[in-house]
Amino acid sequence: MIAASPAAREQSALPDVQDAIALGLTAAEYELVCAKQGRRPNVLELAMYSLLWSEHCAYKHSKRLLRTLPTQGAQVVMGPGENAGAVELSGGLVCAFKVESHNHPSAVEPFQGAATGVGGIVRDIFAIGARPIAVLDSLRFGEPTSARSRYLLDEAVAGIAHYGNSIGVPTVGGEVYFEDPYEQSCLINVMAVGLARREQLVRSAASGEGNVLVLLGATTGRDGIGGASVLASSELGGAGEDGEGDSDDRDMRPTVQVGDPFAEKKVLECTLELLDAGVLVSLQDLGAAGLTSAVAEMAAKGSVGVELDVAKVPLREPGMAPWEVMVSESQERMLCVVAPADVPRVLDCAAKWEIGGAAIGRVTADASVRVLAGGQLAGEMPVAALVDECPLYDLAPQRPTAPLYRPAPAQLAADCDPREALLALLKSPNLSSRRALFEQYDCIVQSRTVRRPEQADAAVLALPDGSALALSIDCNGRRVAADPRRGTVEAVLECAANLACAGALPLGVTNNLNFANPEKPHVAWQLSESVRGLAEACTALSLPVVGGNVSLYNESAAGPIYPTPVIGMAGELPDARHAGRAGFWRAGDQIALVGPFAPSLAASELAKLQGLALPDGLPAFELDTVIGAQAAVREAVRAGGLLSSAHDIAEGGLAVAVAECCLAGGLGASVELPAVLLAGERSAGALQALFGEGPGGFVVSGEAQALQRLAGHARVLALGTVGGEELSLAAGPTELRLSLQELGVAHGALAELFW
Amino acid sequence: MKFGVVRFPGSCDELDALAAAGLVGEAQLLWHGERDLHGVDAVVVPGGFSYGDYLRAGAIARFSLVMESVVQFAREGGLVLGICNGFQVLCEAKLLPGALLVNRDRRFVCRQVDLEVANAATPFTSACSPGELLSIPAKHSWGRFYADDSTLDALERSGQVVLRYAAGENVNGSARDIAGVCNERANVFGLMPHPEHAVDELSGGSLDGLKVFQSMHLALEGALA
Repeated sequence: MIAASPAAREQSALPDVQDAIALGLTAAEYELVCAKQGRRPNVLELAMYSLLWSEHCAYKHSKRLLRTLPTQGAQVVMGPGENAGAVELSGGLVCAFKVESHNHPSAVEPFQGAATGVGGIVRDIFAIGARPIAVLDSLRFGEPTSARSRYLLDEAVAGIAHYGNSIGVPTVGGEVYFEDPYEQSCLINVMAVGLARREQLVRSAASGEGNVLVLLGATTGRDGIGGASVLASSELGGAGEDGEGDSDDRDMRPTVQVGDPFAEKKVLECTLELLDAGVLVSLQDLGAAGLTSAVAEMAAKGSVGVELDVAKVPLREPGMAPWEVMVSESQERMLCVVAPADVPRVLDCAAKWEIGGAAIGRVTADASVRVLAGGQLAGEMPVAALVDECPLYDLAPQRPTAPLYRPAPAQLAADCDPREALLALLKSPNLSSRRALFEQYDCIVQSRTVRRPEQADAAVLALPDGSALALSIDCNGRRVAADPRRGTVEAVLECAANLACAGALPLGVTNNLNFANPEKPHVAWQLSESVRGLAEACTALSLPVVGGNVSLYNESAAGPIYPTPVIGMAGELPDARHAGRAGFWRAGDQIALVGPFAPSLAASELAKLQGLALPDGLPAFELDTVIGAQAAVREAVRAGGLLSSAHDIAEGGLAVAVAECCLAGGLGASVELPAVLLAGERSAGALQALFGEGPGGFVVSGEAQALQRLAGHARVLALGTVGGEELSLAAGPTELRLSLQELGVAHGALAELFW
Repeated sequence: MKFGVVRFPGSCDELDALAAAGLVGEAQLLWHGERDLHGVDAVVVPGGFSYGDYLRAGAIARFSLVMESVVQFAREGGLVLGICNGFQVLCEAKLLPGALLVNRDRRFVCRQVDLEVANAATPFTSACSPGELLSIPAKHSWGRFYADDSTLDALERSGQVVLRYAAGENVNGSARDIAGVCNERANVFGLMPHPEHAVDELSGGSLDGLKVFQSMHLALEGALA
């Protein structure tokens, strides 16, 4: 049998609408591609269109919504559209940050999926010229009673540790929730943060006709060829086998990329060295859709064209078809634009760091992406058609009329004993200590970490001028499921509260919108309500959204995930020495509740443990009063000295917050709940006051004078005193006493999952 | 005095070590691909994942050009400090006895640990008192010190066990709680915990790691920095 060469096969027959549909395009989109091209696209062109017009690249179901978010602010240096957002800090420095998801790959292969999730987002940071200085993770799994969830957790954490630790970027914070709706659709979101001098930043827009495209880093292989692998099927060209093994094998090629942190570390150092030398005109990392996305995006942003030859791309394996080179998602690669005279210098630096470097093309003036294969034209597409002219779709949101989610199995009775409830909450997977996870992460490399995990509500990193950066990532999906708009407002407030407890003023937001299938009306409703809430909260906080990511279709036959708009926030405090702490650490300090906190059991962790269904909506609250309380706490923490600790009230309510303060500082406390919190029916009243949740509450400790000062700016209710070896809590006639040891054992429950 | 801090591809803590050494003396990086030690008075082989830890942690780095010079420097009595991956490199290079195996719990662990100074009479610990506890972070997945019993006996007899994990602090299952050892001549010292990450009040959790660098200064200059 005579095997046709791939190139010959590609020219022998053009794909049709069925191929386009198999690649994820609709028939109408295929017709539009034909119209843009003025002819039927060939295999390579169709592969490139199908990727760039995918939800992942084109945001076709979310772009219109995302345009409603506030993105402006005096501090914004780079907003949405660049590889990462960036805000200005004091002292001429810029903080770059972005969160991204790797949900689907991680569900298939959690270790590599999570590892390459770190690799990808870290590349986004140094792609704009910033040195990556921190990683935070946001993870969602099914209940740990499921063996699959434990496996995914174990492997995903190990994958993040493997990649982050190996490239010398500290993982300084994160969050994890366990809820049944994530059982079949885990979420792996990673936020990376970088630091740069403002003049060091580089954009991705290609410019300068005749400038050279240089591909840096790893070789290109067939890994990560996702949906496009349908193009490898023999039916397509009718040419049968191609001598590379049978077509079934090619269809089964792994679609999950394999990460090599050692390669990334070298690419990182080489890239930063080149940026320092000022020889890169523009820079772009290769992520989803590989070279296809990189060249098209760079050309579109620079309003130029590009021409490249796939024969010049260093390959990992022989016989790759041009379209395979263009869509490969091989990791640890960067594409840069370099003036011709600087090319030798760039290639020398690549050689020094022992990474690949190859000139693969050039910038042109004709606004098209032209792909050559050994000098022969293999495909040509208008840049605008590829990048900007994918049809956008309006959502058809419809508020669901029946509950979308089943309640969790009841573990506690409706009239449970408060003592039993407190211990059950402390050891519940969503609230127990994350020590067993975060101890697998290097949180101190680069010597900036002022507050390590569990020392404060936000991670705090020292900056060279004595100020500090505070970082937080959060989202309680169950509360968003109960009320997409208000739940999202709460997620933004939670991050801002975390920063306030560290003493930091928020500067910008990044977000990862993890939702189910937006073509379903109730998911569309969750998404549009959630984005409304995001815009509302950010506007109220005067916070720009400087970047983000959208991950849709997170659902299975078992149903949709909880809507999970993960919020990442960066802020700054003027003096790193005054960074706040969460734990009680000085016996005799007064304890107070600060803020308009109005506890409610609706969608609370206790309600989950009691097996209660999600409510339809969360209680209303005054946004401005909550923000005012955050400002008061922030100022008190920044002042240093008199205020000892600050911790915001979140899952598990006031009682859990106080217990966490005791555990974080290793000191007991004696607390009596103020009568104002105890309204309502007697036993339910105590449970609600102790474990009710809602925004706008802080547990602070300090000298009486500090609390008096706070009272001038927010509601301050005296709670008790720090000291001793036990936590004593009184809520009306209800009293509970627990030793620190007892609390610590309950709080350590998550560790058991790891042995 | 001048410290040289080796930089391999995959080193992660070299700039931290450079900064820590810079607190007590001059300090500069040494590139893995060069034999020239630039006249430094002491060498630090830093932490990280040199060559991606491929093959075995430290196994490839020991063949680098700079290590040829470091081995020679050590043979001539020069002070060489290996931290974490650097300890692994020095073991692979046979400058130090024993080997580092995967942690008892088979996971990476990052934790502030207490170390007991078992020998305060080395050039790396002379600024400490015997039995003093040092609070220094450890972070590694291959840190379980191993040697056969007769080697361990010999190390203990000759005072080559320099640091031990304090009671309950042995994070990796190291034999006889050993956290750091030196060679017979006591001019080469390796430890798994990171003294360079305990030199600053703000980010270190303690200043105890500084004592290792101060001891080296004391040994070379006859005075604390």
